Amino acid sequence: MKNTRRHFAKSLSAVALGVAAIGLPLFAQAADTIKVGILHSLSGTMAISETVLKDTALMTIAEINAKGGVLGKQLEPVVVDPASNWPLFAEKAKQLISQDKVAVMFGCWTSVSRKSVLPVVEELNGLLFYPVQYEGEELSKNVFYTGAAPNQQAIPAVEYLMSKAGGGAKRFVLLGTDYVYPRTTNKILRAFLKSKGVADKDIDEKYTPFGHSDYQTIVADVKKFSAGGKTAVISTINGDSNVPFYKELGNQGLKATDVPVVAFSVGEEELRGVDTKPLVGHLAAWNYFMSIKNPTNDAFKKQWAEYAKSKNLPGADKPLTNDPMEATYIGIHMWAQAVKKAGSTDTDKVIAAMAGQTFPAPGGFISTMDAKNHHLHKPVFIGEVKADGQFNVVWKTPAPVKAKPWSPYIEGNDKKKDEPEKK
Amino acid sequence: MLARWLNAACRNLLLLCVLSGAVASCHALTREQALALVKGENDERITALTASLSRGDEGLAKFLQAVLDDEVKFTADAAFVVHDGKTHDPATGSETALPAGAEDVINSNQIRREIEGTLAALKLFSTDLAERRAAIKALKEEADETRLPLIEKALATEADASLKTQLTQVRAAVLVSSTDVAKRLDAARSLAESLTPATKTLLLDRLKPAAEGGESDINVRSQLEIALKAIEARLAWGERLGVMFTGASLGSILLLVALGLAITYGLMGVINMAHGELMMIGAYATYMVQNLFKAYMPGAFDWYILIAIPASFFAAALVGAALERLIIRWLYGRPLETLLATWGISLVLMQAVRSLFGAQNVQVENPAWLSGGVDVLSNLTLPYNRIAIVAFAGLVLAGVSLLIARTRLGLFVRGVTQNRKMAACVGVNTARIDTYAFALGSGIAGLAGCALSQVGNVGPDLGQGYIVDSFMVVVLGGVGQLAGTVYAALGLGILNKLLEGWQGAVLAKIMVLVFIVVFIQKRPQGIFAMKGRSAEA
Repeated sequence: MKNTRRHFAKSLSAVALGVAAIGLPLFAQAADTIKVGILHSLSGTMAISETVLKDTALMTIAEINAKGGVLGKQLEPVVVDPASNWPLFAEKAKQLISQDKVAVMFGCWTSVSRKSVLPVVEELNGLLFYPVQYEGEELSKNVFYTGAAPNQQAIPAVEYLMSKAGGGAKRFVLLGTDYVYPRTTNKILRAFLKSKGVADKDIDEKYTPFGHSDYQTIVADVKKFSAGGKTAVISTINGDSNVPFYKELGNQGLKATDVPVVAFSVGEEELRGVDTKPLVGHLAAWNYFMSIKNPTNDAFKKQWAEYAKSKNLPGADKPLTNDPMEATYIGIHMWAQAVKKAGSTDTDKVIAAMAGQTFPAPGGFISTMDAKNHHLHKPVFIGEVKADGQFNVVWKTPAPVKAKPWSPYIEGNDKKKDEPEKK
Repeated sequence: MLARWLNAACRNLLLLCVLSGAVASCHALTREQALALVKGENDERITALTASLSRGDEGLAKFLQAVLDDEVKFTADAAFVVHDGKTHDPATGSETALPAGAEDVINSNQIRREIEGTLAALKLFSTDLAERRAAIKALKEEADETRLPLIEKALATEADASLKTQLTQVRAAVLVSSTDVAKRLDAARSLAESLTPATKTLLLDRLKPAAEGGESDINVRSQLEIALKAIEARLAWGERLGVMFTGASLGSILLLVALGLAITYGLMGVINMAHGELMMIGAYATYMVQNLFKAYMPGAFDWYILIAIPASFFAAALVGAALERLIIRWLYGRPLETLLATWGISLVLMQAVRSLFGAQNVQVENPAWLSGGVDVLSNLTLPYNRIAIVAFAGLVLAGVSLLIARTRLGLFVRGVTQNRKMAACVGVNTARIDTYAFALGSGIAGLAGCALSQVGNVGPDLGQGYIVDSFMVVVLGGVGQLAGTVYAALGLGILNKLLEGWQGAVLAKIMVLVFIVVFIQKRPQGIFAMKGRSAEA
């Protein structure tokens, strides 16, 4: 026992130590635990978004443990810090699977980190739950995607902008940070817009480097472009570049009623620390908003607020929930249900048991794991920014939407199977 | 279509109401009407809006403003205005208690546009000239045939000549799609005078092929084309000026971030890799001052920036002086060690700020007078914060050049940097001058940080994004020169913006870097070389 404990403490980062201290007494009672890996950046550029997912995962695990754990065993979280360093994600994943022998990993935010972990989980037959909206074009036997595929976020958002309630946009500016997610999403959107009869001259695609902070020219160009007809901006700008972008929009007097901006990577957490008054009316598309009113969400928000307070997390004075947090929460619960159903933590048995799992999501719908394609059926919400940084839901799908990881708007995808190749 | 016609009919009724001057006979806003304006689907609310406008409900404008300001809540059977924590009944204005479970009103962009249009229409008859001007401007963006009778009515009563012309243009924007060819021709002529992008949008729409619902009459069409050309020519001027301004704005930011380095690196020869972090300290000093004002003097919050400027200067200058005394002065003449040491300092400073303030960006709010912008031309808005930074950069530049050229301290700095031994021989305390000069350069970096906090993010790695730019400017301008720095900063700013407009932000950045590499290859001494007999040469 002592030996295990020493080894355990050694392999953990300083942050994880605190968790271990809580975990240890439990693990002394039930000598046999199920280890669960948490693979989120706790330092570096992505720490801003990912730290909160680590805490959500710990909260959910504590909740499951309080109800008696899974298969009569307590869950034991193993937290590692890949430090926003993409190759380190692969190393840490390898360590979690082969050294710590975790049954499952919850983690990653950027697509590039997921792509880095992918060969590791496939080679070692591990299991990864990925909680963030992404560009699709991927389907692995060893990964479950609890965030949105493009048809569950981007496409409905554009349809809304083209509708009467959304302003009836005729021209589109596709504005993004220069990396794989915005480029792929915009490729899909361009093909989609073409299929709706939007001409190439009515689409303007623009990219900025990471960390770009001078949006003068871009906002001026958007203004100029919008003189040619009712225009909407579709923003896949990621990270803190959003702050100078929205500031410039406000200062140059481009109002949401004239040119609405819909963003796919801006949520409650990203708007913390931004003056949202000039941004009222700009849009975001997600599968969950904190402002959604239903008893499940109230309970989820309360649970998070209490957890944040008891653990004295940064920002606990203004607890915020967001879409990737909800996706993490659903993912862990579904995994626990699948383990119970399979009666084992064996990867292949759990994958088989995941098909068709359901869970009452805080978004107000019953989330279902697709029988084949490893993605959740999710509802889509369009929200408008309010002056207090929350979102008003102005449109939603009547029922959850099935994910299409292989977007039909990319050539050659019609031949791809809607299930993982390897079995 | 029918709904639209009904809309028009309803608004005509309002016109009658206003025309007859029988305001007293108009309805006061009732509870039911107020509720209908906020509850239900978008289309129902818009119908209710049109209906209450046509009845000329009293108190409507006030209530709509409250809806726009998110101050209205509603239950199943009543709406309430919540202002400053007090709840009022929208119909009577009397204070009531807010029932539990009252919901917030949700405004979508569609509703917001309708409400803004209605408010503008109501304000066309305001007695306040400025209010009327704002209303006309709002209506220009949204030419809508349902508001035509109101516009005609306002046109008849408007006394101010310039507003009258503008109203004519608003009317023309509606009439250009009228069924009467003569009216369309007339409208097309007067639209050539209206120089807004909204008019261009309208004209482009009318100039669609006739099969798609565009203009069918050949005369009107040619008149529309003339109007479009006139507008495009005017708008092109706005665009050109816009590019010049954005270039000058970027140039002034580059100048601010490079000016401090022009002293520490240019004059003193210290390869200061911690320059960016000194800017970061200036930005955090601004943040601290802002927080102090928020906590102790919320009334004077708009003026916190005036205190933040000296605070950021002195905070960075103090850190700079300490660095110079403790570390850098042992390393003069050893560029490699200086580079490594200052790089290490930059890491230490970043981590220190991370430990003190957290790794996340902090929020620095613009004072109200630095938010928004001034409309110079219809398609050119100059943001106040950018204008302020251009002016600020000019002031700092003037201050520094006066200090270097005219004061005793400047004389000593020049003397020490040109010939250290000689200066020491004539009694200058060179060690002290080094400290002063380094502190001055650091303080100017702090000022740059204060300016940057108004346009960008404030976080521990703020400086990292600017360190390369500032070295580029100083090297390009010629080491040891203030004038060179100025030309290089403005030149790079404008070049960058021209290229960005042409090729996008990513390629523009690459092209500028390639340009600098080639330039330095051809002319290693920069734009301006040091002339004369330098002691070290």
